[in-house]
Amino acid sequence: MGSTHILVPAGATAARDPQRGPVLVQLRPPPSPAPELPLTALDQLWFQVSGTVCNLRCRHCFISCSPGNHTFWFMSRTEVRAALQASVEHGVKEYYFTGGEPFMNREIVGILGDALELGPATVLTNATLLPPRRVEALAGIAAASPYSLELRVSLDGVTAEMNDALRGAGAFERAMGGVERLVGAGFLPIITCMRSWEDEETDDILGRFRELLAGIGYTRARLKILPPLLIGAEAERTHGYAPEERVTHEMLHGFDLDQLLCTRARLVTARGVYACPILLDSPSARLGDSLAEAAAAPARLAEQACYTCYRSGAICSNVPATGRDLQ
Amino acid sequence: MSEAPAFRRVAAFGGVYSNHLALAAAIADARERGAEQLLCLGDLGAFGPNPDRVFPLLRENGIPVVRGNYDDSIARGLDDCQCGYTDPRDNHYARLSYRYTFAKTSPANRAWMDGFPGEIRFRLGDLRVLACHGSPRQTNEFLWESATPTHFLAKLARDHDCDVILGTHTGIHWRRRLGERSWYVNAGALGRPANDGRTEVWYALLEAEGPQLSVEFVPVAYDHEALADEMRDERLPEEFIETIRTGWWTTCLEVLPGRERARGRY
Repeated sequence: MGSTHILVPAGATAARDPQRGPVLVQLRPPPSPAPELPLTALDQLWFQVSGTVCNLRCRHCFISCSPGNHTFWFMSRTEVRAALQASVEHGVKEYYFTGGEPFMNREIVGILGDALELGPATVLTNATLLPPRRVEALAGIAAASPYSLELRVSLDGVTAEMNDALRGAGAFERAMGGVERLVGAGFLPIITCMRSWEDEETDDILGRFRELLAGIGYTRARLKILPPLLIGAEAERTHGYAPEERVTHEMLHGFDLDQLLCTRARLVTARGVYACPILLDSPSARLGDSLAEAAAAPARLAEQACYTCYRSGAICSNVPATGRDLQ
Repeated sequence: MSEAPAFRRVAAFGGVYSNHLALAAAIADARERGAEQLLCLGDLGAFGPNPDRVFPLLRENGIPVVRGNYDDSIARGLDDCQCGYTDPRDNHYARLSYRYTFAKTSPANRAWMDGFPGEIRFRLGDLRVLACHGSPRQTNEFLWESATPTHFLAKLARDHDCDVILGTHTGIHWRRRLGERSWYVNAGALGRPANDGRTEVWYALLEAEGPQLSVEFVPVAYDHEALADEMRDERLPEEFIETIRTGWWTTCLEVLPGRERARGRY
């Protein structure tokens, strides 16, 4: 923040400008080869609310979720509620719910309702489990809250052929049905799509998405293109990171650290609290049993997926981080 | 700060976005309503025509200005407005607007902007007010009504030693009581309508009696057709002119949360 000016009524003497030092972020030096970053502020609290359980078996899933992946189990409404309460003193700004497929969790509507009593909530879904009654229930809890309920829908192509090649047969049609019902209920879902094409095709794909969504009545589509994360199933489908694709101390000099999600977020799971929602399979990302413990622990940029966050900037947030070095 | 003399009634103007006609109307209106002090929460340029026309109004009326992200960019000659858009359409219009504003802001005015403080503090009744652009911790932080928890704002007020946080940046006015004597007030913007289908723009009038604060959001009617003509003369995008003439936002929509976006037309 820049300087402070004290304003007083005409004729009065101005008080002295309080001395405020800049906020310094300390990067830990070697011996650890990976940089470590403290949490600047706990702005985002994520919940792995359906663990690694998903009704789909996507070929590009960075944590290889599937119906049979029980590595991380569902969180109960009671567990989530406890973390929500704990989040208040940290001044959390946004709540995110992910999985797996969050709507596999039978308590999800109640959980979202609890979160919406405290702040805005976003749920990341494949939209294939959104029958009319559930959409109606979501509209009900959204209307009862002063905060936004955001539905973020993964759709990885503008045709069934393109989408289902990644997400499995029938996923496109079911997801489109879910989106149509959400739009009909007054939601403006954020459609996210992993970029599985060359960069120069992006404008064309975005145009086709708008056309596709307008066809089901979604005329002001909110679209978000995500870069691929070369871990989990995606590493097997295409390739992993090159050895040199890592975040180093040198790369962080002069870098806006707000762009890295782990400086502003933590992920609560049924098995501890993690640095970020991408690194569920990385033991180094587990920062503690409780939120307080994980908030106090620095995140270690030891994983190669950190490189994607570094290059693309907190891709998991609804809107990009705007933290900059303003004067 | 505790012994600093206090105001009783102040008017806070949010983003001006080069809308000198609305600024002139708001100044006259606030004076008529007995505001002892007028202040501006930053973002003098962007969107509207002839950015240099707002500066004499601010200087002649002794209106202090908090440094907005746009002011920071223009003063320092940065590449963009620091709003952080990623949507190609939003970026296109943000670039057009920024380049126009930068080219049309005189070096003298740029130098003046470079002296704007990051925050202004004052006493209003018994309350300690912190006036900022986005948030007390970050100039370009968006604080939307539907995306900003009460406990988050209360923590900001505690962390920054104030009772009232006064900001703008989003362009839509709102307020929330955070505790017995603690408030957040977003003054809205003078530069463009509040995405509500009305052509008026808004400012905030704050009045305190001891620790009791009252906040009034004041709609300002001004000659918006004259502004639209001026924008057309300056060859600014038709999309911007449509917003001035209809009250609906047509651009910079990416950063809106679902609820605020759903209230608009686009």
